[in-house]
Parts: sequence; structure tokens; C-alpha cells
Amino acid sequence: MLLELKNIQKTFADRAGGQVRAVDGVSLSVTAGESCALVGESGCGKTTLARIVMGLVRPDAGEMLFEGQPVWGDRQRERYFRRMARMVFQDPFASLDPRYTVRSILEEALHLEPKCSAEACSSKMKSVLTAVGLSGEILSRYPHEFSGGERQRIAIGRALMTGPKLLVLDEAVSSLDVIIQKEVLDCLVALQKDRGLTYIFITHNIKAAHRIAHKIAVMRSGKIVEWGTIGA
Amino acid sequence: MKDAFLRNKWAVAALWALGALYACALFADFLAPYSFKDEARGLSYCPPTAIHIIHEGRLRSPFVYGMKLTFNEYRQRIYVTDRAKVYPVKFFSSRLFLVDAPGRLYLLGADSRGRDVFSRIIYGARVSLTIGLIGVLISFALGLLVGGIAGYYGGRIDNVLMRLCEVLMMAPGFYLLLALRAAVPDNFNSVQVYFAIVIILSVIGWAGLARVVRGMCLSLRERDYVLAAKTFGLSDVQIIIRHILPHTVAYSIAAVMLSIPGYILGESALSLIGLGIQDPYASWGNMLSDAMSIVRIKFAPWILWPAFFIFISVVCFNVIGDALRDALDPMLKREANV
Repeated sequence: MLLELKNIQKTFADRAGGQVRAVDGVSLSVTAGESCALVGESGCGKTTLARIVMGLVRPDAGEMLFEGQPVWGDRQRERYFRRMARMVFQDPFASLDPRYTVRSILEEALHLEPKCSAEACSSKMKSVLTAVGLSGEILSRYPHEFSGGERQRIAIGRALMTGPKLLVLDEAVSSLDVIIQKEVLDCLVALQKDRGLTYIFITHNIKAAHRIAHKIAVMRSGKIVEWGTIGA
Repeated sequence: MKDAFLRNKWAVAALWALGALYACALFADFLAPYSFKDEARGLSYCPPTAIHIIHEGRLRSPFVYGMKLTFNEYRQRIYVTDRAKVYPVKFFSSRLFLVDAPGRLYLLGADSRGRDVFSRIIYGARVSLTIGLIGVLISFALGLLVGGIAGYYGGRIDNVLMRLCEVLMMAPGFYLLLALRAAVPDNFNSVQVYFAIVIILSVIGWAGLARVVRGMCLSLRERDYVLAAKTFGLSDVQIIIRHILPHTVAYSIAAVMLSIPGYILGESALSLIGLGIQDPYASWGNMLSDAMSIVRIKFAPWILWPAFFIFISVVCFNVIGDALRDALDPMLKREANV
């Protein structure tokens, strides 16, 4: 098992003083090299779950294992996990800081990596960009010069910079139009084949989930209500 | 960003104009022909003196004629030039230019006590132009701190701090200014009064900024690129430096520039009604208190010159602020061009 979630719970206080159970006892396991789709309506807790996986939100209860060991609490393992697990966000216009060039954006992803020479970094960036179907010549350009699909490819490329094992794709194709969606999905499928990536693919679009996933989990009000594998 | 700013011709002109004004304030002791308290009671409201170069048909170096106070048939005071007395203008002696006593060179006329309006404007710039800068520094420190804390922690702290800001913003500014000024002891010397005014102005000014900074922090910390940076293992400080501060800088710098005029005007208003900088010290505001009577304005319109300089500096700060805001907002600018 690459990633195991055990009975994850997260409750938020709402404005009226009540409590909202965003994630209510979710257990999930994902084996290396497979894609697990999380589908469900808006507000069912998919994104919160993704953020819990990425350590952006602390769960109230539950346990998370990466490669069989708990992630949080040990500095060394946290650093390792941060390099091995990367997230791609929904809105490619919001996930790339408009003030930085593609080069700095990609460089930032290498934050926890050992320092590499400028040339090694450049060639790494170029190979990542080629892998997502972009030209290696765009490093000095700014995010606003690209279309939504291209930005999302840059975001995927950024996620690949450290050679991760797990990608959490939070509605990664939802904001793109149908044709671009297909292209990006094809690109993701190809990347998975080449690099043996594991995906947690969060979407409300069953068709997109069907294209990419091996397993589908359906969430409603913070719980996984259905669960199954996709037949060949 | 720099290019975008420099492309704005008005902003560059405003920058030069302000630079010149601040240089004047800095070198007041050299540029002003007289001290701000140098009186000549016999020359009350003397009009601007003309600088001549032709005396009795012959060209000579610049000089001024003496002025003599007389009364016309309606018993009104008028000044006549006394062509018998010639005072050459001396350049680069102890001051940039001056004439020997008893001659007086009034470039922009004299005030009620015969003090040189031009010199007093230059000395007054020291007060009027710095009060904005210092005031803005204080209120910005306060605004960023309070806004940052409120935005970062949210919840109850946010609630309390924002309600406090709203109370301050609710009170009508000018009356609050008066009330606070009244709370300051009246036996302060001029330096103490100066700082009291700065502090009063900044206490009133920080709330608006705090609100905006708080809103920006709230929205910025939820941006996807901030979250992405978190997942890359960047520390809070690194994220703030890389992804939060740069996005507030555009607003902050523009807001600094746009709020300075408020301080200049606030000081002017206080000094105008006699609660600010006290005579004989000069500020543009207290010089204008001389011009509160329509009769004086009619017979000595040059006492309104400080208003012109207030106007110029306020306009310059606003133009620069606007240009900075546009230049620092790459998204707004570039995407609008697409």
C-alpha cells in the first residue's frame, strides 16, 4: 500500500455556531501505480480530504500511513512525504503565482530537494515541461501568457519536479473545456504509464473519473458511501 | 514595473516636483533669503518686489528698489517704490540670494509682520511635507500589524480588532482630530506640538489600512499558490515573503502615497484654526490662517501662496500613488492589454 487513510475525521465550525462534519470517518487505501478517483457532489468533503492528505489541514482524528509508516510527527518522514506527494489544484489561474516566471515557479517545487547546479535544474525543468507536452523554451515567461490548459500542464509539471510517487489531483481538469480536458487527461494517463505514478483523482465528473481511474470511491456528506473497481 | 511607472509622464513630472519641494525643505537655510521669524513690521503686507536690471536707462546686475509705505486718498496703505534707493541682489553669499538691509526682497510678498512669504513657505515645507511621511510611517506600522494579526488569526481576535477599527472610522475625522488635539496639553513647545499632531493624525489614519490589509491576508492565505508552496515545504516566513507580501505591496505603496495628502491637509486644517504649529514657526497651514479674512485676501492676495503649495504637493502625491498602483498591478495591466 502506498497510502492508507484510517478513520479520518474533520469537523469545521460554521458561522451559525454549529458544526459541519466535512470528513466523517473516511478510510481509504491506494496501492502504488493505481488511480483512485474520489467523486461526489460539491461540499461532500473531497477537497478537505485532499488537503488532509497533503497536510494542509490537520484532521481531528485518524491516521495516515505512507508506504506503511505514519507521515506526520517525524521531521525526516514529513520532508520525504512532501517530496513524494504533490498536489495539482483546480484553478490553474490561481495555483501559479502571477508574479513569478515559469522558472521560479518550477524552482520553488525543488525547495526540499538537495541543491542542484543551475544547468542540472534547467535540464530537469525542460524535461518535465516536455513530459507534459510543453516546450522547454518557456521558462522565462509568466503564467498570464498561457492558456488555461497550458497553465494546468505547467502545474502538473511543477508537481513532477521532485519525481513524486503520489499526485493528488483536486478537480485538476474541471475548469478546462472538454477538448482540453481530454488532452490533459491523456497526458496524465501517459505520465502514469511512464513514471508509475499513483493518483488520487478528485472530481465531480464521473466520465473523467472513468477515463483515468482504476478504483472509484463515491463520497457524500463526508463519508465514502460506495466503492468499486472499474472493470477492464 | 519601473518601466510602467516611468511611462506615466504625469507621475514622473509629479516625482520631480515633489523632489524639488523636498530639496527646498532640506536646504531651506540656504534657499530662503530670510529666516522664518525675520520680521519687518514697517513692511506689513508689502507686495512682491520686482527685480530690475535697468536703472536710469542703464543695464546693470539685478537689483531691487526700496519700498515706502504711504497712504492713498482713501487712507489705504499702499507701497510705492523709492527709486532713489537701490539694493543690488547678492547671489551665493550666505544665502542663495539676498539684498542688504534695510532693503527687503519679497519674492512672493510679505505677511502681516513683514516676514517674507517665500522664505516662510520654504521653512513651512519642513513641517508640512514631513508630517505626512512620519504620520504615514506610524499609521502604516499600526495598520499592517493590526490588519495582519486580524487577517492571520481570524476568529474572535479579528472580530474585536475590526470592530475597534470601525469605531475609529465611524467618528467624523475632523472632530476627532479636534477632540484629540484638545486632550494634548497646551504648554507644549513647537517640537512637541509637531509630534503630537503627527501622532494624532496617525491614530486616526491607521484603521482604514488595517481593514484592507486584514482582508488581503485573509484572501491571500487561501490562494492556491500559497497552499501549493505549503505542500512544497516552504515555511510560513518564506511564504509570507514570497507569496503574500509581494501581493500587498502594490496596494500598500499606493495607499501610502494616497494617504499622505490626508496628513498634509490635516496638519493644515489644525494649524489654520490655530491648534497646530504655532507662530512664529511656519507651516503651510498656519500661514493660511492669516488669509482667513476676505479684506486681507483682497489687498494682499499673495498670502494665499501656501495654499498653492499644499495643492501642488497633494496633487503630486495622488498622481504618484495612482501611477504606482497601476504599475505594481501586473495582472490588471497586462491582462487588460490582451
